[in-house]
Amino acid sequence: MPEIEIQVPAIEVTDLTVAYNEKPVLWDIDLEVPRGKLMAIVGPNGAGKTTFMKTVLGLIKSAAGQVLIEGKPYTKARHLVGYVPQRGSVDWDFPTTVLDVVMMGSYGTLGWLKRPGRQEKDDAFTALEKVGMAKFANRQISQLSGGQQQRVFLARALVQDAEIYFMDEPFQGVDATTERTIIQLLKEMSDANKTVVVVHHDLQTVPEYFDWVMLLNVRKIASGPVSEVFTENNLRLTYGGKVAFLSHHEAGEMFEEKDQ
Amino acid sequence: MIELLTNLFTDYTLRTVALGSGLLGIVSGALGSYAVLRRQSLLGDAISHAALPGIGIAFLLTGSKSPIILLLGAIVAGWFGTIQVMSIVRHTRIKEDTALGIVLSVFFGFGLVILTFIQKMPNASQAGLDKYLFGQAATLIEQDVWVMAGLGVPALLLMGIFWKEFKLLSFDPDYGASLGMPIRVMDILLTTLIVVAIAIGLQTVGVVLMSAMIVAPAAAARQWTDRLGTMVGLSAFFGAISGVVGSIISSAMLKMPTGPTIVLVMSAIAIFSLLFAPNRGVVWTWLRMRSNHRQLQVKAVLEDLYILAQQHENREHAHPIGVLKTMSNGHGGVDRSLEELESQGLAKKVVVVGWALTPKGFDSAHNEFDSESENVRSSN
Amino acid sequence: MSAAQIEIQLIGSVVAVACALPGVFLVLRRMSLMSDAISHAILFGIVIAFFVTHDLTSPFLVIAAALTGVLTVSLVELLTRTGLVREDASIGLVFPVLFSIGVILISRYAGNVHLDTDAILLGELAFAPFQRFELFGVDIGPKSFWLMLGILLLNVTFIVLFFKELKLATFDAGLAAAIGFSPLLLHYILMSLVSITAVGAFDAVGSILVVAFMIAPPATAYLLTNRLSILIVLSAFVGILSAVSGYWVAHWLDASIAGSMASMSGVIFGLTFVFAPGRGLYAIAQRHRTQRWEFAGRMLTVHLYQHEGLAEESVENRIDHLGEHMQWESTFAARVIRYALKKEYLNENDGFLQLTESGRTLAQKAIVE
Repeated sequence: MPEIEIQVPAIEVTDLTVAYNEKPVLWDIDLEVPRGKLMAIVGPNGAGKTTFMKTVLGLIKSAAGQVLIEGKPYTKARHLVGYVPQRGSVDWDFPTTVLDVVMMGSYGTLGWLKRPGRQEKDDAFTALEKVGMAKFANRQISQLSGGQQQRVFLARALVQDAEIYFMDEPFQGVDATTERTIIQLLKEMSDANKTVVVVHHDLQTVPEYFDWVMLLNVRKIASGPVSEVFTENNLRLTYGGKVAFLSHHEAGEMFEEKDQ
Repeated sequence: MIELLTNLFTDYTLRTVALGSGLLGIVSGALGSYAVLRRQSLLGDAISHAALPGIGIAFLLTGSKSPIILLLGAIVAGWFGTIQVMSIVRHTRIKEDTALGIVLSVFFGFGLVILTFIQKMPNASQAGLDKYLFGQAATLIEQDVWVMAGLGVPALLLMGIFWKEFKLLSFDPDYGASLGMPIRVMDILLTTLIVVAIAIGLQTVGVVLMSAMIVAPAAAARQWTDRLGTMVGLSAFFGAISGVVGSIISSAMLKMPTGPTIVLVMSAIAIFSLLFAPNRGVVWTWLRMRSNHRQLQVKAVLEDLYILAQQHENREHAHPIGVLKTMSNGHGGVDRSLEELESQGLAKKVVVVGWALTPKGFDSAHNEFDSESENVRSSN
Repeated sequence: MSAAQIEIQLIGSVVAVACALPGVFLVLRRMSLMSDAISHAILFGIVIAFFVTHDLTSPFLVIAAALTGVLTVSLVELLTRTGLVREDASIGLVFPVLFSIGVILISRYAGNVHLDTDAILLGELAFAPFQRFELFGVDIGPKSFWLMLGILLLNVTFIVLFFKELKLATFDAGLAAAIGFSPLLLHYILMSLVSITAVGAFDAVGSILVVAFMIAPPATAYLLTNRLSILIVLSAFVGILSAVSGYWVAHWLDASIAGSMASMSGVIFGLTFVFAPGRGLYAIAQRHRTQRWEFAGRMLTVHLYQHEGLAEESVENRIDHLGEHMQWESTFAARVIRYALKKEYLNENDGFLQLTESGRTLAQKAIVE
């Protein structure tokens, strides 16, 4: 790899503003995430955490600003990105198996018309082994517990063999075993110089799990190494007081409008 | 019965109708799976109603009653109706059910206006358009079947070509978009295919009942399998069977309209599946619940015996059945539970006195209850 | 206008109002399609009752229809509760079965009687004035007018008596249950009213117009008001408007009256969809146009504010870098800057932008808003 690429941040967001019907839900966000970081995005409900992630992934159009993945716009860097959406965003009664869901991770590189074959199946098994779900491969997905569902989603993203992973609340409603499995995996990924961005709810575990953090509440309050920016003062700016409540309230309403 | 089957091959009309209905069942069954999985079951109802004015307008514009032209009119109108539903939901606070209802009733009303307008036109050979309202399978001719095949087979082929895209679209569209899949285009394509499936069925089952052809086979197929591929195949199969069987029944009985007969056959399959499909079916679930209940009862009696045994030096000290019944708080089934335990070699009957645990039963109960409580303690 | 013409418009208007009343609650409770399901399924009840009474105007028909309506709703709920199919699929499974049985019964056993599927589904309002209602030997008008007026009064009574409860059960079913109203009971009463209204109207206008009148006018009114009481009145008014205008369109085209009325309810909805003040497409587009510059201006002030006093300020807040950073076209960026300068949100100093006091306040307000 040419040396110059190493200096390019994994994720570079400049002046990103997102609005629903001219009402801003994200204001002028600047963010730089160096490669190999394990980053949490924290903020109150409706602060725009999921919106931010979806905008970076090109799922939501921004009103202004730009996003660079390894120095390239998202459409040109898609193969570098893996995504773990919120577990609750899909219908788990869908008629499909664990293995099949995990193989969906290979659809992006397969291209039109091609079906997943031997190679893709092996990759899916490897990914399932990593999350400790190999023996569930042929299980119907509705028979999984919440934690198992989350691990299946994680395995699907692993199949993408990406450089940067975006995960939307992977710890939401999962059991302790799953939480440990996931965090261990995230650490391994980070050690392998992969960048992982996680929307996270549990403030208590931030210092333990992550080395980088962004505090978000419609605008970016702070971002950087956990030891530097995860301070009481910044948290108060993000969550506390009337200000936070108002923005939470408004942004929440906007979400509802958009979701339906 | 045999006569009926031979009729299927010798009677030209019946053969055409059965072929057409079967074909329709395959196409609507296969594509209907996606509508049901995406919770768009009632979109089919709106589309079929919305297609009606398209048939009338196509006739008004061309003066032709050729099935392909009328069908194209139906497809365009059905598609336009779908766009209207999406646009209302997107731009207003009106919810999907209401948007569907508006499109369904207003387009249908407009279709009626056009059909009645055509009927009163001077020297127009209008007769025959109203068969699309309730469907008249008996009027199917070979040409109609060819048109159905000409539209239906490409629709199925496209479904096969975009198999994994449609699967991802139905299961997790956001993830698909993050992989770079043009999810909007896929959405429009799949909806268009469903519109085609509905349009080719209008002449056979009519506007009102067409939605059942979309929903019922898929709802039935879902109960038998946990794989998308099997579900789509099975749904097509159920659709085909209903089409053919419905046509035969309606030809064999006097004054038995084909469309409703097909729908009833199909619904019977759906009801049967909902009740008796293994694993998911209502009866199956009920049996499983009962068996779980039984197991719990047996376990409770085992535990009671274990508690009693611990109170005695002699672990095989027997206790009267009355004691066990009192301990079970009137949950019942104590006798049967004891017999079950005896057959497993965990308990034994001691003449006159009552029942006792065998040594095996004691160990088994110890593992079951005491080690479990240790687990609970250690995890707390 | 001939007497028959007036009578048809009167019947149409009464049907419209009778339908709009329960329709409002269907729309608000997201159950619009139950009207479609019920109005089709009641064919089954009508046929059964007809075989018993051999009279299409028998009150038994109304009772049978109400029961069929409740049956439909219960079956849908039963199916949904098994968890095997979703609610939409349950509706799509239940009503075609009942409708099919109805159609088959009619075609097999009622071939020569005055009961055919076309009439039930499509209705023929033009014939409605022929059936007269006589009281003490005096002709007091068409039968369907009085029948629908009775149903209308029933609906009005229900809504007036239970307005509070309906409102609560519609907007907060949980609270309603908590303070002792039974939302389930209200739900079933409402569904019975929908069925009764549908059966009363089928003879005159056909079931499809029932669906149109139950859904389109309330949906139209829903785009115009937030208050439940106004919503109800407005729905009734829109319904009457659809009925009367629909009649004249049918008259002009010599086409189906019920179809025209349904079409007109759609046309009125469409016009409202586009032109409704505040919520219509046109109003939204216009608001977006005016807001676009205001929003872009605010976006600019926020941008400047975020970088104010920081090291990167000298780069970020330069005019020539702005377009690049915000991903704005240079012409758009220039127009936004001109707008912001005109509003005195900022000052330009040799290609470098600086917030004014009012611009800074705006940015601060925008962020916490």
